[in-house]
Amino acid sequence: MIGFQRATRYASPTADTRGWVVLSYLIALMVLAPVAALIAIAAQGSGDLWPHLIAYVLPTAVRETALLLTGVGVLVIAIGTGTAWLAATCRFPGRVIFDWALLLPLAVPTYIVAFVYLDVMHPLGPIQTALRWLLGLDDPRALSLPDVRSLPGCIVLLGFVLYPYVYLAARALFLMQSAPALEVARTLGASRVATFFRVALPLARPAIVIGTTLALLEALNDIGASEFLGVQTLTVSIYSTWVNRSSLSGAAQIALVMLTAVIALTLAERWARRRQRYAGGARRGHPPSPVELTGLAAAGAFFACALPILIGFLVPAAYLAFEASSRIAAAGLSPHLLIEARNSIAFAAAATAAALVLGTVLAYAVRLDRSGMAATAGRMASLGYAIPGTVLAVGLLTPLAAFDNAVDAAFRQLFGFGTGLIVSGSGAALVLAYVIRFLAISAGGIEAGFAKIPVSLDAAARSLGESAAGTVRRVHLPLLSPAFGAAAILVFVDCMKELPATLLLRPFGFETLATHIYAEAARGSYEDGAVAALLIVLTGLGPVVLLARMSRPLTAIGGRSSGGVQVASAVRSR
Amino acid sequence: MPRLFSSRRLIAAAAIAACAFPMAASAEEVNLYTTREPGLIQPLLESFTQSTGVKVNAIFIKDGLIERVKAEGTNSPADVLMTVDFSGLIDVVDQGITQPIRSEALSSAVPANLRDPNGHWYALSLRARLIYASKDRVKQTSITYEELADPKWKGKVCIRAGNHPYNTALIAAYIAHYGEAKAEAWLKGVKANLARKATGGDREVARDILAGICDVGPANSYYVGLMRGGKGGPEQEKWGAAINPLLATFKDGGTHVNISGAAVAKHSSNKGNAQKLLEYLVTNEVQALYAKVNYEYPVRAGAAVDPIIASFGALKPDPLDIGAIARHRKTAANLVDKVGFNN
Repeated sequence: MIGFQRATRYASPTADTRGWVVLSYLIALMVLAPVAALIAIAAQGSGDLWPHLIAYVLPTAVRETALLLTGVGVLVIAIGTGTAWLAATCRFPGRVIFDWALLLPLAVPTYIVAFVYLDVMHPLGPIQTALRWLLGLDDPRALSLPDVRSLPGCIVLLGFVLYPYVYLAARALFLMQSAPALEVARTLGASRVATFFRVALPLARPAIVIGTTLALLEALNDIGASEFLGVQTLTVSIYSTWVNRSSLSGAAQIALVMLTAVIALTLAERWARRRQRYAGGARRGHPPSPVELTGLAAAGAFFACALPILIGFLVPAAYLAFEASSRIAAAGLSPHLLIEARNSIAFAAAATAAALVLGTVLAYAVRLDRSGMAATAGRMASLGYAIPGTVLAVGLLTPLAAFDNAVDAAFRQLFGFGTGLIVSGSGAALVLAYVIRFLAISAGGIEAGFAKIPVSLDAAARSLGESAAGTVRRVHLPLLSPAFGAAAILVFVDCMKELPATLLLRPFGFETLATHIYAEAARGSYEDGAVAALLIVLTGLGPVVLLARMSRPLTAIGGRSSGGVQVASAVRSR
Repeated sequence: MPRLFSSRRLIAAAAIAACAFPMAASAEEVNLYTTREPGLIQPLLESFTQSTGVKVNAIFIKDGLIERVKAEGTNSPADVLMTVDFSGLIDVVDQGITQPIRSEALSSAVPANLRDPNGHWYALSLRARLIYASKDRVKQTSITYEELADPKWKGKVCIRAGNHPYNTALIAAYIAHYGEAKAEAWLKGVKANLARKATGGDREVARDILAGICDVGPANSYYVGLMRGGKGGPEQEKWGAAINPLLATFKDGGTHVNISGAAVAKHSSNKGNAQKLLEYLVTNEVQALYAKVNYEYPVRAGAAVDPIIASFGALKPDPLDIGAIARHRKTAANLVDKVGFNN
């Protein structure tokens, strides 16, 4: 899915390579277990469901999903690449702040942005009220702005919170790309704009594709915002087939078809790039010197960078802060919030740790193995990111509980006491779900980090008698810390925001900030969830700022960059 | 690289996470799985614990309650399964994850048409599907569900998603009254009248009426109490004040009602406490609490209704059998897709 180019430029087959490859296949098996469970559920048959789906549900769902993804794709590429180019290659007022602040929307979950904007844009909300006041209108009906509860509304909102995935990848690449290529273009007479579109953009394509893939999978799997805004996506249809039609097998069938489509699209994109080769980033030219913008250009750049931050972060955060303060004033602080915050953080941290370890195994296996076997395992292990959280959770329930009950039965037989639900009853299930869901992010980021470490270091370590594992521990790990940090932060923030799997798999008597918000929202009182929502955003804020600080290669040593996504500089060759 | 994510700290965090949640189930406890929003039932559960000393552990699982209980199998900690509407109750029974209980206290408190004949489930509270109408713009004081399809409401109807259980139940009731073809025509008519997408919650009908987006829309009775009672804050009081809650009826029938209810889980290990909880929830005192805290109609005859709810007038429930509505649920869901109600 993401990353995992077969390592062609490097080979060092050793005896323990096989061990790493076997390990990576075990991880892939773990990820595929819920998929297998879904296949089993789907195979139970769904009666006469499909004629109905094909006639009435899928045409709309496919159309709305395609439009949503196209719209979000265009928006995240335009915003992400545009702001990355400005922040990385230009100098204008505010650039130093925009540079990291453009990442802030990552901290805002899609379901929160949806309910915030419904409130903000509502005829009774602050914007329309102010407009009416300005225009001297009394009746709310005298002024009608487009409703957020629509496909365009959903596209805009998702686009403005998901663009940082593209920004992060594109910015790292623009910062790293060798200046000579751009300078050659300029000296050959290309304008600055032409240089961007004809040299920089094609060079950045792999990074943009990866960032966009992450953003689009998030949009595809989103249930909170889409359902709330009344957009009938495939994921909403899967959910509604399961919940409202009580057909779990039908839901599993649609989910599998969707998963197949995602895999096919990913492979197609890979195929389309088959003639391009990507050289590792170990060899870097000097960075391009920033262009000083003045006058209108500077003002334009300022607004182009300020707008996404305003829409994707400042407005939601300010609105939540306002709502939260009035809730606290009216009802005080819920005593559960602290526990819920602790739960959220503890589970996200545990899952992050596990995802890092497993991601390292996957990435290192790819580095060691030249047969492509490990790369295949890596791709399979990244599939979890392409499965909607709610579907993944259902797929996990069955194998986990079967495992628990088998262990319990065995203990009863052997020792005379039962173990109960040791995995699904303890929260281990939730950690597992997070890991499966977000392994793609950590593995991809770590693999990109590995790609920047010259192979000669491995050879030197090994020739001095270090084992493969020892090389990882004593050579790679220290060099990888930026990639680890970035991957850890992305996974952590994503776990904090995750809702559907948390709802279904959380252990008994256990609430997180996300489930708290959901419980309030389910009652139709979103405002009551404002405090918890603000806490999610704030908890995500610290890591995101850290991430921004780490991914600033110009101020760091050598190849310290990455930002969690593969950023190998691209060399186009035929 | 900051040391925030050093491996030792991560391991420590993982250990904390693993220990944070002791396994449930000691003697004086009862474990509740509920599709009902916890905020609505929490006060009732607290008063149960106060009067019996039995601790209630509740988990809110909106979707997937059945899948979870089935997967957990004999080891499931669930004792009581509580659902927000009758279709949920019928599903848990159909999926074989409940057990019947015989209790004089329950069968004398809950009318026969509001409980399973075999004792698998019992209704605990009742609510009506009203039609909220704008105080300013709608003059009529009574209304029928049929009327929602009348072209006079073109561009003036707000409603939540058609496949939400509250609406599928209403549509199923329509089918039970008039048959599938007429229900489809009706649904098309309602769709043609919509002022905005069919989405959001019931309270947003009131909010959008205040905003002038629409004039009428179906929504549940207790939300009026929650809005007007001030529990949603001053904003929602304004929404509640903007509407006239009409006890809508079918032309030749009564008001569509739905229930919340509970069943005892098949593999309950605290069956005694489970039954105790159910019996407690239908006592006079708690039924009055349902009415007062949640603004619902009690199931127990003679229990008082909250004044806000009583102000709508006398509830005349549609005589349709709940089983009849349940049988048409699937057809109702099909119709919603077929007319593209949510598109």
